[in-house]
Amino acid sequence: MEPLSFFSQTRVLIVTGKGGTGKTTVCGVMANLAAREGLRALVVQVATASDRLEPETANLSHLFGRDEVLGYDEMALVTGPSGGEVRARALRPDTALVEYLHLHGMRRLSRRLVSTGALDVVATAVPGMPDMLVLGKVKQMERAAAAGSPGAPELIFLDAPAAGHAIRFLQSPHGLLEAASGGPVRSQAQEVVDMLSDPDRCQAVLVTTPEETPVSETVETAQLLEDRAGIKLCAVVVNARLPVLPLPEHLESAALSELAAGAGVTLAPSELESLIVAGKLRLERQGAQAAQVVRLAEELPLPQLELPFCFSADLGPDQLSTLTDALGRSVAGWQPVELP
Amino acid sequence: MTMPPQPADTEGTGSSSPGGPDVVVCVGPGGVGKTTTSAALALQGAKRGRRACVVTIDPARRLADALGTGHLGNEPHLVNPPAGSSGWPGELWAVMLDAQGTFDHLVDRYATSGAQAEAILSNPVYRNISAALSGTQEYMAVEKLYELEESGRWDLIIVDTPPARHALDFMEAPRHLMRLLDNRVFRLLMAPTKVGLRALEVGTQVLLRTVAKVAGGEVVADTVEFFTEFEGMEDGFRARAKRADELLHSRKTEFALVCSPRRDTVEEALYLSAQLAKEGLEATRVVVNRCYPRYAPLSAGAQNRLADGPLAPLVANLEQLELVSAKEEEQLVRVSAALPKAVLYRVPFLAREVAELEALEEVACYLETEEARE
Ligand SMILES: Nc1ncnc2c1ncn2[C@@H]1O[C@H](COP(=O)(O)OP(=O)(O)OP(=O)(O)O)[C@@H](O)[C@H]1O
Ligand SMILES: Nc1ncnc2c1ncn2[C@@H]1O[C@H](COP(=O)(O)OP(=O)(O)OP(=O)(O)O)[C@@H](O)[C@H]1O
Ligand SMILES: [Mg+2]
Ligand SMILES: [Mg+2]
Repeated sequence: MEPLSFFSQTRVLIVTGKGGTGKTTVCGVMANLAAREGLRALVVQVATASDRLEPETANLSHLFGRDEVLGYDEMALVTGPSGGEVRARALRPDTALVEYLHLHGMRRLSRRLVSTGALDVVATAVPGMPDMLVLGKVKQMERAAAAGSPGAPELIFLDAPAAGHAIRFLQSPHGLLEAASGGPVRSQAQEVVDMLSDPDRCQAVLVTTPEETPVSETVETAQLLEDRAGIKLCAVVVNARLPVLPLPEHLESAALSELAAGAGVTLAPSELESLIVAGKLRLERQGAQAAQVVRLAEELPLPQLELPFCFSADLGPDQLSTLTDALGRSVAGWQPVELP
Repeated sequence: MTMPPQPADTEGTGSSSPGGPDVVVCVGPGGVGKTTTSAALALQGAKRGRRACVVTIDPARRLADALGTGHLGNEPHLVNPPAGSSGWPGELWAVMLDAQGTFDHLVDRYATSGAQAEAILSNPVYRNISAALSGTQEYMAVEKLYELEESGRWDLIIVDTPPARHALDFMEAPRHLMRLLDNRVFRLLMAPTKVGLRALEVGTQVLLRTVAKVAGGEVVADTVEFFTEFEGMEDGFRARAKRADELLHSRKTEFALVCSPRRDTVEEALYLSAQLAKEGLEATRVVVNRCYPRYAPLSAGAQNRLADGPLAPLVANLEQLELVSAKEEEQLVRVSAALPKAVLYRVPFLAREVAELEALEEVACYLETEEARE
């Protein structure tokens, strides 16, 4: 599939998965690929009411070689060819509440209310409300994107909370629909539900690493997302998979010494040991990861995209570029699957 | 700020080690191995002959199964050594934190009557507080720790914590609940209903109207009822939160900082350590988890001459793993330099997931030897 057709499936891609599997990285990489294709992409990082996320919000910009912490205002991270770009911002429940109060004629009071802990009061009385307000804001951006408003993005990536929280977060408008009998909040919740359940407007991408626990949790999350939040799943990204090397199965020093001697090299015992120990680790990991990829495919009938593990402890622009190339190749070889 | 030593507790009976058990609180960013490290430290304690108990939070299911905490309630459970193992001289206990259950237990304990407890426990707003108020899980972890400490049944307690990012939520959590209880809106709500509502400032009334619009007037009524019911219990809660806070600041309590050798988790971990310092506390141990092993490199000549040919994939593999290991080393050095006084441990990325007691024993072994510093 062409990357451009991949990205034209929908307007909001909700990226979620177990904590630490690479949601933020995948948002950055996908947005970067979209920008290379000339699209205006916006990454939105969200915090839930029960989750305060300050220092983390620098991770995304770091990937693009910047170190500013994301805030409410959009920040341009990169510009691509023919108008493509990646912008990013962070949305928090307290600012969403302020905005909501503003829009409903409580401008003068909103800031003070929020600074005195009104968010806690609201979250306690109506737990889904702060999360729903954040989603309401996303919906507003999606509407602007649909209308092609000036300055609006064409594609929105939502760097959503980790799996467990994500379900609660995305379910919040459904809960409010049941609780609220009328008024502006109910209509807002209805509009958010409409967006979440319309695959032309919004779909979810699940991120996992090819390890046992993340794969198991991904399968569970997939079901919950569809059943409880009514969101269509678009793809699962297998992140940080070790590139498969054609290593010999049997690693014995005698055989290796002989092969090295054939190339005119005498390997010291420590060198042989390194080659063997590292080789065994890689074989073991590669094998285990391959097994998890197969299990994931069996248990979750979704198209898989794959991103390689980067041999680095610090992902910056170089790794972003490598990963974006890899995603492009993975998307190109991707067959949309008609699910039963 | 240093807290005064913990006052002698007349209720808490007969701790075996004088002055109560040793406590280790494991903190760190998400997914780095806090739960794994906590369980391994408790196992290490049991191996050293101590009666150790670990409070885990959301362990991966297979680890929970291994610890036998998967299906059990809020009470510690004795973990038996795996079949065929020589076992350990001490005891290993584990409990999985049930935040709601712990909170319910507190309400029961401090309610002045069964009827009061009943009324609070069945109030919908109460259920929201424990599920939606940020920091409640952290608070309940501290509460559980305090409860275990008070029981005197253990001489080593290890506490796992939820991923911490912004600040030491688990230390701030008791204060957070107090702040909610102290919130002006609620203060006023707790006055007899009608007078209270009338006395509210315009802003508060607007807020309440918004809340009422959202979920109907009954939410406001429930909220009022909850805070009215809660009256009389706050002092008990407050005093207990204060004692729990003192326990966290006592000399028996140590903090172990867990991170992985990656720029971003190191950054977050150092941020946490700065937050601890603000509290007058310091991380006495740092665990850098999931490290790639170190390898002796190939000579440059060998590397060049083997770069193609039958050994090429093996050479490429060594080169890649060496590269990531060298990058990780830089992060390790960074942690080491930033926290010169802490004992540093380096735990390798194990081939198997740490889901069985055998794998935990392996992790515990790496927590025996301190990492040499440059
Ligand atoms: N393909 C990759 N290769 C190597 N390292 C990676 C890769 N993807 C992510 N990482 C690293 O893994 C860690 C977690 O990634 P990231 O922050 O994107 O995950 P996350 O799911 O957003 O985490 P959180 O749940 O904490 O928000 C980071 O240190 C990141 O640099
Ligand atoms: N040294 C290690 N080698 C291999 N796998 C490990 C190691 N340490 C932890 N793991 C695995 O990594 C995953 C995360 O570990 P763990 O649950 O302990 O992290 P955590 O910090 O408690 O995460 P969370 O922030 O989500 O609570 C688990 O699947 C665990 O088995
Ligand atoms: Mg993230
Ligand atoms: Mg954990």
